[in-house]
Amino acid sequence: MNHLPLIIKREYINKVRNKSFIIMTFLSPLIMVGVFTLVAYLSQLNNDGIRTISVLDESGLFIDEFENSDGLRFNILTDLNLSDAKKLSELSEDYGLLFIPKFENIEDVSKLVTFYSEDSASLQQIDDIEDVISEKANALKLKEAGIDAERIKKLRIRVNAKQETYKGKETSKLGSILKLAFGGAAGYLLFMFIIIYGNMIMRSVIEEKTSRIIEVIISSVKPIQLLLGKILGTSLAGITQFLAWVILMGVFSVLITSIFGIDPSTTQSPQQELISQNVDGGTQQIVQDLILEINNLPIANLVVMFLFFFIGGYLLYASLYAAIGAAVDSETDTQQFMLPILMPLILAIYVGFFTVIENPHGTVSQVFSYIPFTSPVVMLMRIPFGVPIWQQILSLVILFVTFMGTVWFAAKIYKVGILMYGKKASYREIFKWLKY
Amino acid sequence: MEKLLVADNVSKSFGDYKALNDISIEVPRGSVFGLLGPNGAGKTTFIRIINQITMPDSGVILLDGKPLQPDDIQYIGYLPEERGLYKSMKVGEQVLYLAQLKGLSKQEAKIRLKYWFDRLEIGDWWNKKIQELSKGMAQKIQFVVTVLHQPKLLIFDEPFSGFDPINANLIKDEILKLRDDGATVIFSTHRMESVEEMCDHIALIHKANKVLDGRLIDIKRAYKSNTFEVGLQTENKSVVSKLIEEQFEVFPASFKSINDELQYKIKIPANSSPNDLVGYLTSKGQLNHFVEVIPSANDIFIETVQNN
Repeated sequence: MNHLPLIIKREYINKVRNKSFIIMTFLSPLIMVGVFTLVAYLSQLNNDGIRTISVLDESGLFIDEFENSDGLRFNILTDLNLSDAKKLSELSEDYGLLFIPKFENIEDVSKLVTFYSEDSASLQQIDDIEDVISEKANALKLKEAGIDAERIKKLRIRVNAKQETYKGKETSKLGSILKLAFGGAAGYLLFMFIIIYGNMIMRSVIEEKTSRIIEVIISSVKPIQLLLGKILGTSLAGITQFLAWVILMGVFSVLITSIFGIDPSTTQSPQQELISQNVDGGTQQIVQDLILEINNLPIANLVVMFLFFFIGGYLLYASLYAAIGAAVDSETDTQQFMLPILMPLILAIYVGFFTVIENPHGTVSQVFSYIPFTSPVVMLMRIPFGVPIWQQILSLVILFVTFMGTVWFAAKIYKVGILMYGKKASYREIFKWLKY
Repeated sequence: MEKLLVADNVSKSFGDYKALNDISIEVPRGSVFGLLGPNGAGKTTFIRIINQITMPDSGVILLDGKPLQPDDIQYIGYLPEERGLYKSMKVGEQVLYLAQLKGLSKQEAKIRLKYWFDRLEIGDWWNKKIQELSKGMAQKIQFVVTVLHQPKLLIFDEPFSGFDPINANLIKDEILKLRDDGATVIFSTHRMESVEEMCDHIALIHKANKVLDGRLIDIKRAYKSNTFEVGLQTENKSVVSKLIEEQFEVFPASFKSINDELQYKIKIPANSSPNDLVGYLTSKGQLNHFVEVIPSANDIFIETVQNN
C-alpha cells in the first residue's frame, strides 16, 4: 500500500496549522521590513539636519567655490583672525570650520588647509571639501602656467575598458557584481532553507518518538515511507512559508512606504554605491547595461541547475537531520550530532563568499563544487560565471549518488533509532545500528 | 483447531545479543493467546516481527497459512506497550488518519469510528486535542485505533496499563467480545490474574527461548502435583495429625473455616486416586473441606522461570 500521499498531507497540514508556524510566517516579514524601514528612517534622520560649515579663507581665492546644497550651508567669514573664527564657529554650533591660510605658492595649499570640528568629521564631508579646493588649485596652477583649463577639460580622454570573453561575450564589472548577487542569493537561500527546515524535520521526528506514536505508525507503514513523507511534507510547508514571506514582504513594504513615506529600498548598501560609482554615465546607461548583463547570464542554465542543486542539496541534508532526530531522545541531545552537519554547510558558505568571489574557477572553488556536502552552495554560486555543462552534471551526479547513500544510511539509523527509547545514542552505538 | 498464525523457528539477533532463539508458536484461530515472559525475554521483539516492524534473521511467520506479506498489516491490529498519539492533533482527525494508514477508506473509517465512539461514550471528544485528554481517555482512543479496521489478529501489549479498574474491565469485555466475534487475540502481559481470566493458550518465553507452550488448561494439568487441601474435624487431633503426617507427604495449609479442624495440604503419589485419600480421611473424622490444589498461572510462571 502506498501511503506516501497521506503522510505528506498530514505532515503538511500539521505544520501549516501549527500556531508558531503561522505566527512566524506573518511575523518574520513584518520584522524584516520593520528593521529595514527603521534603518532607512534612521539614516535619513542622520542626514536630516542642515550642517553649517564656516569658511575662513585668508587667501580669498576659494570663496566662490563653495556652493550651498540641500544639507549643507557654507558661511563665509571675513575680517576675523583664526582664534576668533574658531570661537565664533564653536559658539554658533557649526559643523566645523574650514581654514585656508594665506600662501605664497599654490602648491603649498596642499598642506596648509585645516578643518576644525567638535569631533572627527565625516570622511565623506572632508573628501568633498578637499575635492573642491584641489579642483580650484589645479585650475589656478594651470592658469599660472598659461594653459587653458577649459580646453584641457574638453580634451581629457576617459578610458572605459570593455570586457569580453574569448568567445565574444561581453562582460563588465557590473556583470561580475550581478553574477555574484545571483549566485550568492541562490547559495544563501539554500543554506537558510536547509537550516530552518532541516531542523523542523528533526523536531518532528523527535516529537513522534517522545509521544510514543511511532510504533503505532510503523506497524502500518514502512519507516522509509514515513521518512520520505516527513521530508517531503515539511519541505512543502517550507516552500509555502518562503513564498508567503516573499509576498508578505512585498505587501508590507508597499504598505509602509505608502503610510510612512519611507522607502526601505533607499537604504544604500556599500555594494550598491560601488555599482553606481563604477558605472559612469547616468541611470539610463546603468539600466541598459543591467539588461544587457542579465541577458548575458546563463538564465536557463541557472534556473534548471538551481532547482536540481536545491532539491539535491536540501534532501541530502534533510535525510541527515531526520537520522539525528531518530537517534536522540530529546532536542537537547542533538548538539553532538549537529556540528558535523553544520561544519560543511558553513564551510560551503565561506568558500562561496570568499574564494568564489576571488576566483570563480580556481582550484579551491572547483574542488568544493564537486564535494557533495558543499557542492550545492558553491556550484550555485559559480554557475553565473559560466561553468561547463559537463562539470555541472558531474557534480550533480556525485550529489545524487551521495544522496542515495545518505538516505540509505539515514533510513537504517531511522529504522532502529525510532524504536530505541531512553537510550542516549553515541556514535559507536549508531555505528552498531547500521549492522542490524 | 485451525491455526491463524504460525511462527516457525524464528530467530533474531541484535549485534551480539540474541533476542529470539528458534521460537516456534502456533496461535489457534479465535483464541486469546497469552504471550508471557519476564522483562527482556524477547516478547516485544517477537511481536514486532509479527507486525513486520523488525525482520527476523531466520524463520518464517505464516498468517492464514501464507508467509506474511507487507499488505497483511491491514489484518493486524497492534497496541504496543510504548504507545501514544500525536499530542497536538485532534482526536477525530487523528483516528481517521491512522485508520487510513491501515487501508480503510475515509468514509468507511468515519462510520466505524462513530460506532465505536458511541459504544465507548466518547463521541464529544472528536474535536479535542489529545493533550487535553487524561491518560485513561487517551488509552481509550488508542484502543479504538487498534480495533477500528476490524483486524483478524489483534495484538495487545500490556493493554490495561493506565486504566482504572472500571475502564480496565470495560476493555477486557471488549477484547473478549472481539474474540467471540471471530478475532484472534495475542495478549502480552505481566498481570497473571488477567491471564487467568482471559487466555485460552499461553506461551512462555524466557531468555530468548520458548520454555512453555500450550492450552492453559493442559499446562495446569501438567503442572498439578496431586495435592489436595483438606479440613478434617476430629476428636483426637494430635493422634490423627501424627498418623497423617506419617502416611502422606504434607504441607501446612491455612484457609478460613468456621470449624476447629486440622488443615493440611496433602500430596498423594501419582498412581493413587483421590478417592483413597477421601476414604482414609473420612475414616479418621469428619471431612469438611476437600479441594484439589490447581497451580495458578502465577505459580507456573514463577516456577518455570526459576527452573530455567
